[in-house]
Amino acid sequence: MSNWETIIGLEIHVQLLTKSKIFSSSSTSYGSSPNKQASYIDLGMPGTLPVLNKSVIKKAVEFGLAIGAKISKKSIFDRKNYFYPDLPKSYQISQLEFPIVEGGTITIVDEENVSKIINVTRAHLEEDAGKSIHSDKNDCTFIDLNRAGTPLLEIVSEPEMCSAFEAVQYMKKIHNIVTFLKISDGNMQEGSFRCDANVSVRKVGDRNLGTRTELKNINSFKFVEKAINYEVKRQIEILEEGGKITQETRLYDENNDVTKSMRSKEEANDYRYFPDPDLLPIEIDEAYILEIKKSLPELPEVKEKYYRSEYDLSDEQISILLSNQDYAKFIDEVIKQSKIEPKKIVNYFISSIYSKINKDNLLLSKNSFTAKDFCLVMDSINVGTLSKNNLKTVIEESWVSKESISIIIDKYSNSNEDSDLIDKLIKDVVNKNKKQVEEYKSGKTKILGFFVGQVLKDSKGSDPSQIKDKIIKELDAI
Amino acid sequence: MDIYKKSIAELSDLLNKKIISSLEMTNYFIKRINSFDRELNSFITVDEENAQKQAINADLLIAEKNNTLLTGIPIAHKDLFSTKGILTTCASKMLENYIPPFDATVVNKLDKLGMVKLGKTNMDEFAMGSSNESSYFGPVKNPWDLSKVPGGSSGGSASAVAARLAPIATGSDTGGSIRQPAAFCGLTGLKPTYGSVSRYGMIAYASSLDQGGPIGRSAEDCRILFDEIKGYDKNDPTSNHKVIQKKSNLKISKDDAKNITIGIPKEYFLKDLDKDISDSIFESIKTFEKIGFNFKDISLSNQNLAIPAYYIIASAEASSNLSRYDGIKFGHRCSEPKNLEDLYLRTRKEGFGTEVKKRIMIGAYALSSGYYDEYYMRALKIRRIIRDNFASALNQVDYIFAPTTPTVAFNIGEKTSDATEMYLSDIYTTPVNLSGLPAASIPIGFSNKLPIGMQIIGNYFSEHNILNIADLFQKETDWHLRIPENFNHE
Repeated sequence: MSNWETIIGLEIHVQLLTKSKIFSSSSTSYGSSPNKQASYIDLGMPGTLPVLNKSVIKKAVEFGLAIGAKISKKSIFDRKNYFYPDLPKSYQISQLEFPIVEGGTITIVDEENVSKIINVTRAHLEEDAGKSIHSDKNDCTFIDLNRAGTPLLEIVSEPEMCSAFEAVQYMKKIHNIVTFLKISDGNMQEGSFRCDANVSVRKVGDRNLGTRTELKNINSFKFVEKAINYEVKRQIEILEEGGKITQETRLYDENNDVTKSMRSKEEANDYRYFPDPDLLPIEIDEAYILEIKKSLPELPEVKEKYYRSEYDLSDEQISILLSNQDYAKFIDEVIKQSKIEPKKIVNYFISSIYSKINKDNLLLSKNSFTAKDFCLVMDSINVGTLSKNNLKTVIEESWVSKESISIIIDKYSNSNEDSDLIDKLIKDVVNKNKKQVEEYKSGKTKILGFFVGQVLKDSKGSDPSQIKDKIIKELDAI
Repeated sequence: MDIYKKSIAELSDLLNKKIISSLEMTNYFIKRINSFDRELNSFITVDEENAQKQAINADLLIAEKNNTLLTGIPIAHKDLFSTKGILTTCASKMLENYIPPFDATVVNKLDKLGMVKLGKTNMDEFAMGSSNESSYFGPVKNPWDLSKVPGGSSGGSASAVAARLAPIATGSDTGGSIRQPAAFCGLTGLKPTYGSVSRYGMIAYASSLDQGGPIGRSAEDCRILFDEIKGYDKNDPTSNHKVIQKKSNLKISKDDAKNITIGIPKEYFLKDLDKDISDSIFESIKTFEKIGFNFKDISLSNQNLAIPAYYIIASAEASSNLSRYDGIKFGHRCSEPKNLEDLYLRTRKEGFGTEVKKRIMIGAYALSSGYYDEYYMRALKIRRIIRDNFASALNQVDYIFAPTTPTVAFNIGEKTSDATEMYLSDIYTTPVNLSGLPAASIPIGFSNKLPIGMQIIGNYFSEHNILNIADLFQKETDWHLRIPENFNHE
């Protein structure tokens, strides 16, 4: 099989994070009852006209600038005509010849950890269709048009990825950029981030691309990998047996881990694209682009490098911080204000705030909790007034309580009595175990665990790391 | 009192002086519709109850002195303007039972002023036609001669106003659909600059060409209505900010006329043009010269390309605009479809008439891959050329006079079998739509007892001056006051 190479191009559909739809004022929020969020415009009622939601322009420009693309001074909406019950106007408003974003690059690392640049062909704005829900039980199809008119940015890559691994890296990179910049919520279960993969194989050294198939609507990194791997294997098998690949659209069946033919090129629609006469071209001037450029935060790629080299953060820590612009902003602020070592701060953050957000599906921006508040909490732990075990409790409470952070910290502080008790326990344990003290003095630092264990026996619920710190102090003083 | 003969200003005066109430006036016109429209078929829907309700409301506004010039005046709307709660059919079986849940901007603006909607007028199906013969609800007759067409597609509006079943009406003009029926029925009609009047709620035929406007008995009446329906609308992205927002005042006086030059394009007076029409135009030019206007022969080349370009662009847009009528959400649906394809095919086969199907097919063909460049792109290039030709002509002269139609109203059934012949009746009007310019048609005489119309074409957003020039002419002539004999009584 090694004399075959794989060529993959991706079309990623990113749902833009806007309050209202791309051409109407209906809400874009997910999960309301069917057809409750479809206005006359979304329904394509006779006489209605699309009115562009300007905030989609900003998001598209932000994305374009983030990947170093050219922002089109003038881009045009086209109509893509085809009949389908969940496409109310029987045409989709999209951009064909003059997309809003052209070019740009995404840097990924391949399997050998070598950097590789993937060129982005274009990114264009379009509206989503509604949903058809087929019911065998009722022998009918239900149409839900809540999604109809939801703004999408379709990001098209050059066919430059050579494996499922690279495709997933590329997809993750894009996902990271769009979520970090709040261009999209990136929610893959809800379909806010999904992709079509164009896959072909050819003999190594062959200059021409092989016939490709298009794998439609894959909505998880895992499935992209599986679908491509299956498809590559399928194509190679056909070619090795002397067969030919049919140019077609295929669907990935996640239950059976196979791809299935959906329609061939012959059955493909002639979309009869033409410029939508209801909409004026989008015109963007240099001043607007500059303004957006200025307001863009540091990009995740730049931050990633900095976090790794300056703060020595792990890959996992970095990926958490960069999963949301708010986390990175928050941490940057805390690091600026605090004397505590950045890596430790990040640990505190992830084990408390992030885990709370993650557990309860919250938004950091929805809490009034400031960087200064978090510094106070960490300082209290550092000086020993607050047990590390109570960190989570304090954070949890800060989310619901109206009290100031210092009051909440006080509430969970070790009383002075507790602290005195621990000091006394440590002195006792040190005095009673001369042999272990000597072992420690001779360099066997592992013995610390013994001391901590002894102290903890009589002070359940205390913070072991705090006790450990105190024991070290005590032992070093001898 | 001969109320049917009165202008809007005169009717408004009667209302203000409480000589007649809006309710009485409304009932008066409804009675005219009931007695005359069986012959004409100019209305698809007459909503008596709603009209009376609006009239009572208007009378309150008048009593409170909260009224404007149009408060309490009855109007008829072409049946492609969406009217909330009132059937809006586009003269198609497809929308035979369609009741819009919202109002078109034009309707909404006039409702707010207290105008009274008498009903919805007949038209060519989806505004596709030049004779009002493609209506699902049957052809409309020309009040001047019941064997003649009233023109189209706003034939119902023109016929109704010509017979004075309504003081004024709205129409829409995609390729001449206001001006041509106005000419055939002896009326004044204005096709405004593209973008002057909101298209929101106006059921689309060809989006880049469609433009709503007034059809009335005089230039002055048209000006009054146009003043209220024009203006930028945030619901229509193609509506133009440049539209003059304030009310117009008649700027051109007789004294100004000597500084105004009007061009006569020789290409509009070739063999296609009926001799009577040509004679009438030159006769009316004498009146204009007497007022003080200067005339100059000009050339407007490539006008012969307008018809093919128009039919390709309009049909292409229509093929897409009319795709939404698929039997899924609104409008006609075939009974017991076997599957999705059957649903689509039969719904559209049953719901659309021949002319609509023809244009959908022309349009789909012109946009299909492999033919796009040859047809659609080429048509767009021609459109630009025609626009440029107009621009350079309007650099030399201030306005252009031209015939509205090559002939006067033709017989019902005369051109239905020959599409090219029918399409050619729009040769003088389509270039204006392609260029987006405003133009009015005014009555200037008769040929064999049938009215003759002439176009006044001006630069972008010069509607007021166009109507102003027409008004100066109408002060000197009485063509616009003529009423077809059979309808010239109470």
